[in-house]
Amino acid sequence: MVTKTITVSTRLGLHARPAAMFVQEASRFKSKIVVCKEGVEVNGKSVMGIMLLAAEHGARVTLTATGPDEAEALKALERLFQRKFDEE
Amino acid sequence: MIVIKGVAASPGISIGKAYVLEDEEIVINRIEIDRDKLRAEVKRFKAALKATHRDLDVAEAKVLRVLGKKHAKLIDAHRLILRDSLITHDVPQRIVKEGVNAEFALSESLEAVNKQFEKMEDEFFRERRHDLFDVGKRLISHLLKQTRRSLADISENCILIARNLLPSDTIGLQETKILGFATDLGGKTSHTAILAQTMEIPAVVGLSDVSHRVKTGETVILDGEQGLVIINPGPETLDKYHHAQHKALEEEKALTSLKGLPTMTLDSKVFEFHANLDTPDEFKALLNLQADGIGLFRTEFLFFNRATPPSEEEQAKAYSAVVKAFAPRPVVIRTADLGGDRLVQLGIDAPKNEVNPFMGLRGIRLFMRHLDLFKTQLRAILRASAKGNVRILIPMVSSVGEVHSVRRLINLALAELHAEGVETAEKIELGAMIEIPSAAIMLDAFLPMLDFISIGTNDLIQYVLAVDRLNEHVSHLYDPFHPALVRLMDHIVQTARKKGRWVSVCGEMASDWQAIPLLVGMGVDSLSVTPRMFFRVKQAIRSLRYDAMAKLVGQALSCAESEEIKRLLRDQAGGPPDRAT
Repeated sequence: MVTKTITVSTRLGLHARPAAMFVQEASRFKSKIVVCKEGVEVNGKSVMGIMLLAAEHGARVTLTATGPDEAEALKALERLFQRKFDEE
Repeated sequence: MIVIKGVAASPGISIGKAYVLEDEEIVINRIEIDRDKLRAEVKRFKAALKATHRDLDVAEAKVLRVLGKKHAKLIDAHRLILRDSLITHDVPQRIVKEGVNAEFALSESLEAVNKQFEKMEDEFFRERRHDLFDVGKRLISHLLKQTRRSLADISENCILIARNLLPSDTIGLQETKILGFATDLGGKTSHTAILAQTMEIPAVVGLSDVSHRVKTGETVILDGEQGLVIINPGPETLDKYHHAQHKALEEEKALTSLKGLPTMTLDSKVFEFHANLDTPDEFKALLNLQADGIGLFRTEFLFFNRATPPSEEEQAKAYSAVVKAFAPRPVVIRTADLGGDRLVQLGIDAPKNEVNPFMGLRGIRLFMRHLDLFKTQLRAILRASAKGNVRILIPMVSSVGEVHSVRRLINLALAELHAEGVETAEKIELGAMIEIPSAAIMLDAFLPMLDFISIGTNDLIQYVLAVDRLNEHVSHLYDPFHPALVRLMDHIVQTARKKGRWVSVCGEMASDWQAIPLLVGMGVDSLSVTPRMFFRVKQAIRSLRYDAMAKLVGQALSCAESEEIKRLLRDQAGGPPDRAT
């Protein structure tokens, strides 16, 4: 299990489009992905789950990956945040 | 408690839960699915998922082209919603666990998520739920497309509330347990009214916005006597109506004591008293009324709900069953009054979506363009004629030439059948519906070729007054008591009588007890009424004097306004025959 806490830096938070990108990326990996915000945990491969997190700009979310490819998964997802989900 | 006043379209009182059929909008009803059909329901849901994915592919291509790659990403989000376990897993689980239809399971799942969204403080995120709904709507529209909203699925006793009921909505409705109809649109002779009368259930129409004011499940009183809809009635009102309902039932029972008695005025003028038949399975009920015959056997039903026209064999069988059951009493079979839309559905090239179908290609006009269809029906009717007393009635006749053509076609069909060794009756009477003003005005020119006529009052009123009775803006002008109509009707009856032709009235006017004094006074030979009104009209005729009514018609002919005619009718001795309000 690997964990990383990240600050959401996209302008409008994890809304539909970034949520979709996140789920697409997460779904590439075998590992189980859990996203947690303020104690609420959702399945990282469920777009509804991510949207329901309502992670706004500046929110702190914790990503947890568990499985055979957990390290790569976490790294890939982290990169998405760094790229600001290709916004602008 | 809300009371809405509309037009009383079919008598009686019903009390029950409302079922609102929303117009063009998506309505999700909870339908219980049989255990053994749950797998099929899940499969149906999966098929809808696939179809929705295809939709998104199309939408994506369009968005890419028009708005660019960034916006197309939104489609990705929608696609992911479709793949989300909330949809792919929860919905099938719900279908199976709760034993419900896919639409309902889906809407419940969506609603559960929506509730979570609604709790969000951040407005921006709260509004993201519309992405979910957008996808949900696509899915549901695919689901509904496959099932087609069918009112036949309504299992509970309920009062059906709708903006307007279309013939296609009401197919199969006869077998359901609907207690009554209330619609925003429509008049006394709209499709809804006629259907309600046939089904012997109350209806109130022309309520303008009832479909928006009632919600499914609310208690509603439908007062088909006074044309009222009462939403969420108070206990006192409920009591009053329960009482009235009971009283009406007693009266109904009393009316059936008229069964078997001659339909005769107080001064012994006898009328042939017939009933209208819309589909053959109703004929047993008509036998039970002990009608003198069937004055109007509508055959359109044979052409509904199918992809190819009915064969001669199928038609002959349907007609023969009725003709045989009623023999030796007459059965007037009207050849199908279809429009182009119907033929298109049957896979035949014909005009679609006419701007004004009432004045378009329908009835005999349409059959003259599709002689094969017409001849098939004529042959089927002629074959049934061997089984009893058949008369043929042609709808929408407007010129003498049409009658000539029909005669020739009947003779041709007869010769063919006889050459094939098929038995028919020796002589088959031919009649025309008199419902187009030209035929009414020129009736004397038509009569040499006709054995009888039948006045179709619904269309005649529409055409004489230039009022589309389904158009709420002018439906109030639709008036069976308009002096022009009374004069024209009298002209028709007197012209036919002079030439010794049998005259029948088969339109709604014959089923309207308020109009009966006029029809009796004009001296028609026969009335054909909707089964529901059979005994009421019979009682009305039996309580009148022919000589007095003939005089009343004489007075009505000099009236300039329908109010005067209505006053005459109100003032006539004895007043209306049953509970008037």
